[in-house]
Amino acid sequence: MADLIYRVNMSELSFKIEEVPSKWMGLGGRGLTSTIVAEEVDPECHPLGPNNKMVFAPGLLSGTSASNSGRNSCGAKSPLTGGIKESNVGGTSAGIFSKLGVKALIIEGLPKDENTFYQLHVTKNKVEFIPVPELVGKDNYAVLDAMMAKYDKKVAVMSIGRIGEMRMNIANISVKDPSGKLRSHGRGGLGAVMGSKKIKCITVDAADYKEVTIADPEKFKEASKVFTKALQENPISGQGLPAFGTNVLVNILNEAGGLPTRNFRQGNWEHAENICGETMAENIKARGGKTTHGCHAGCVIQCSQVYNDKEGKYLTSGFEYETIWALGAHLGIQDLDLIAKMDGLMDDLGVDSIETSVVLGLAVDAGILAYGDGQKAYELLSHDIPMGTPLGRIIGAGTHILGKTYGLVRVPTVKGQGIPAYEPRAVKGQGITYATTPMGADHTAGYAVATNILNSGGHVDPLKKEGQVELARNLQIATAAVDSTGMCIFVAFAALDDAKCLPSLIDMINARFGCALTIDDVMNLGKTILRTEHEFNIKAGLNSASDRLPEFMKYEILPPHNVTWDFTGEEIDEFWNF
Amino acid sequence: MHIIVKLFAQYREGRFKVEQREYPKGATAQTVIDELCLENTSPLGVLMVRGKHVQPTYTLQEGDEVALFPKVGGG
Repeated sequence: MADLIYRVNMSELSFKIEEVPSKWMGLGGRGLTSTIVAEEVDPECHPLGPNNKMVFAPGLLSGTSASNSGRNSCGAKSPLTGGIKESNVGGTSAGIFSKLGVKALIIEGLPKDENTFYQLHVTKNKVEFIPVPELVGKDNYAVLDAMMAKYDKKVAVMSIGRIGEMRMNIANISVKDPSGKLRSHGRGGLGAVMGSKKIKCITVDAADYKEVTIADPEKFKEASKVFTKALQENPISGQGLPAFGTNVLVNILNEAGGLPTRNFRQGNWEHAENICGETMAENIKARGGKTTHGCHAGCVIQCSQVYNDKEGKYLTSGFEYETIWALGAHLGIQDLDLIAKMDGLMDDLGVDSIETSVVLGLAVDAGILAYGDGQKAYELLSHDIPMGTPLGRIIGAGTHILGKTYGLVRVPTVKGQGIPAYEPRAVKGQGITYATTPMGADHTAGYAVATNILNSGGHVDPLKKEGQVELARNLQIATAAVDSTGMCIFVAFAALDDAKCLPSLIDMINARFGCALTIDDVMNLGKTILRTEHEFNIKAGLNSASDRLPEFMKYEILPPHNVTWDFTGEEIDEFWNF
Repeated sequence: MHIIVKLFAQYREGRFKVEQREYPKGATAQTVIDELCLENTSPLGVLMVRGKHVQPTYTLQEGDEVALFPKVGGG
């Protein structure tokens, strides 16, 4: 059976099931969410008002047996950046949406009654609107427990906590993962959009439906084998990521002088060893956690982990480099266990662990806490922010607004979104991605660290300008395409270094849909997505002056390599010449 | 020559985190890689001297800090 569009109207509490227009047929994931947002959302609308829409869409290969295909995209106009946003997540939602035959779930309007929050329950050809007063004021794990008790079977759960209800810019949308923990549509304040629409949670029940059809099962199987082998044989996706997780990057960025420290004042941190991936892996082994763990079914990379405290009690999972960097080198906390405790709390509260940790680091410059004061940071996170105190709301508005409120100049944001984990002056290709991606400072949008620092896909000197614009452009085009397939972005390491990887991915798409796409077609899709997002942003008021890094990076010299951000505006704008 | 050698990720297993070691004049980064049999563990991913990427043919200088990583990634 053909996939369908489920369209929900929160103003009327009604829904429609629509056929997929032919122009959307070949799209999935980010390609579909960004196309729908660009077609249907007024770029000048208020992100929390009645004219913004939220779109969920699984990737083209989600729900199939393809390895690492379980990513689900969520798109809307972002309250954090004021531009278009796509944020994708692991967990169980992509597979369950696909099995139910949902090509996209579009949510429009705002309820007239401002006092009622709803659960949307999506089943075959049906969406129910269930008032959930008992869940108001509760955070994610309480919502998850309530839904598990209610359904007693595999349902996808997407939810917001108190911070989403309060429509703070740091709010994310949390998604149940296969082990009952949480994954996040993290960046851009999408939880605030969900809160504005008075949706506490969305549950999707695919029951026994298996609507994912494969046009050529034999070819699919064959391509899938080649693809999985490429992931498993690649030393990064096959060995490095499972052994140390993404946090292996602490030491490598520290050595390269690209680990932003003390709010982007230095490129190395003297305490990096305390929080690095090697230390984390030792702790996990000694305490009975798990060094490998998949965020979605079918993941063969297993970069996630389960991190326990000294007594062997669960602290967190999905413990990522960018969060650890922000609470560590950026804010100064040297205790990895406290960082883990805060990471676990951020899951429960439903906040973007990057934006929240970057803004807490900036709060040091604002004089709200001292560098390295983990206890105060924990108090702000566990009390002020979720209680919605005035200070909590200022912090919860994100890095850009905290900077404005306290009259700060050294504010690490692009398009209002906090810069993560990679110093743009010392990893210049990544700086170009931060400046130009329509998403605001987002490391995943075009991960030039791979080629600048990790020698994946060749090497481009991170400290020089040559080749960086082209590198960031090629990576952003490829990433936009990969984000449409439902694939985890870490397949890129194999794609960059193994000539068999990308063709086998395209073969799987062709076998799934009975089409004949080429690599050029897929790259053209990436270009179209980027252009669509860029045009939306221009109409929303973000122009080339928004494609810039914070000014202080131009005149402050960063040790140890004593570098500045030395690209001219014209050089950055070359990015869009494709 | 006194050289500081720093090992990371899988290269630490059964070896060390950081050591000051002695090498003859003219030794290259490859000398260090070979002496420690690093590629028996995993292919070389990243080699940096004083925080900058270099090739294994780089000739070591007195006091250099050499950082060696297997192929690793994240993001």
